[in-house]
Amino acid sequence: MIALLTRDLRLAVRAGGGFGLGLAFFLIVTVLVPFGVGPETALLTKIAPGILWIGALLACLLSLDRILALDWEDGSLDLLATAPLPMEGIVTIKALAHWITTGLPLVLAAPALGVLLSLPTEGYLWLVVSLAVGTPALSVIGTFGAALTVGLKRGGLLMSLLVLPMYVPTLIFGAEVARRGAEGLTVQTPLLMLAGISFGALALLPFASAGVLRVNLR
Amino acid sequence: MSIWEYANPVKFIRTTDKILPWVSIAAVVCLVGGLVWGFFFTPADYRQGSTVKIFYLHVPSALMAINAWMMMLVASLIWIVRRHHVSALAARAAAPVGAVMTLIALATGALWGQPMWGTWWAWDPRLTSFLILFLFYLGYMALWSAIENDDTAADLTSILCLVGSVFALLSRYAVNFWNQGLHQGASMSLDAEENVADVFWYPALVCIAGFVLLFIALVFLRTQTEIRARRARALLARERAA
Repeated sequence: MIALLTRDLRLAVRAGGGFGLGLAFFLIVTVLVPFGVGPETALLTKIAPGILWIGALLACLLSLDRILALDWEDGSLDLLATAPLPMEGIVTIKALAHWITTGLPLVLAAPALGVLLSLPTEGYLWLVVSLAVGTPALSVIGTFGAALTVGLKRGGLLMSLLVLPMYVPTLIFGAEVARRGAEGLTVQTPLLMLAGISFGALALLPFASAGVLRVNLR
Repeated sequence: MSIWEYANPVKFIRTTDKILPWVSIAAVVCLVGGLVWGFFFTPADYRQGSTVKIFYLHVPSALMAINAWMMMLVASLIWIVRRHHVSALAARAAAPVGAVMTLIALATGALWGQPMWGTWWAWDPRLTSFLILFLFYLGYMALWSAIENDDTAADLTSILCLVGSVFALLSRYAVNFWNQGLHQGASMSLDAEENVADVFWYPALVCIAGFVLLFIALVFLRTQTEIRARRARALLARERAA
């Protein structure tokens, strides 16, 4: 399992395009928002948590098809399927690798982008916490979507249609934590719900993803 | 005699052929009867005026929008566990019907909301979760049509249906948390203290029966079509091979 993880990470870093791309996309989205809504600080402060969450979500979505598609094309997925590792383990590792290469950089970069959107000082801690708790759910759900559409020629658009509705609960609670944190309110309830979604998705969805992948490899 | 006998497509078609005309007639009678009764023979509400009559379309369609997904969920489970093709095809047949029901509920809700709330749309929990349900229907249908192999498509969509159900439910409660809305609470429950008045209740019941029957008739018809289409494809393939 660790070998698979290091292989995926090394591929993501060395193959180029995958690793920094999500981060750059996140930056671009955040920079575009003030152009769209105007540079008033008060307005930006109000919408900053939501914008950062939407940006993180889109950046995650953009990189989803890289989780499985490349391995599908060159046949290494078939090899992995015949390996002694259970399919559930493989998809979990894939999701973890996706989180490390996409989710984690987003979490670390979010405060810097918060400055651009004049996020209030109290907001930084909870923004980072909410992203750190919520992005694993995005990766796991996304892996399910990627597994569903891996056999399709142009599955990218379809995958967005399938995955985005499933991102709704995560987005609602994540943005709520960040918003409440920025306004200095108590964040306990949405944070617990967000953690619940993340752990629940992590515990259950790999089975669904593995089942789907087995069907696709048939 | 068990229900699984109807997993045989021939038996299914033969039985539904017999039932279908009766269900269709009953659906038309209930719908026409219920709507005419509701539209012309009930008093206007003292506060809402005649706009209250949208109720007879809005409530049954919203009810069926959810129940159609539940039916797809059950059919998907049967497909996963017992692998009866009719079940998978019935789930596929129900999806567009359910999507249209969701659309009707959203559209009539908007038409009703405009005079009552002064807005076509509000980010109310019920409205939002119906919109999300509609997106799930779209994704489900898109996945069915995107995959060429029938069995693969049936497997993938049924798993999507299971996972989607969990997330649709989760969204329902998440949006509840997110925004307290304009939409009224349940007022047609059998056990509630305060319900809609009987004058509105009976025609509404007839309309609900009409929508249920209409749904059954459409699903039967569409499932038959799917079975026949698949049979035709199989025959063509055999002919080409020979």
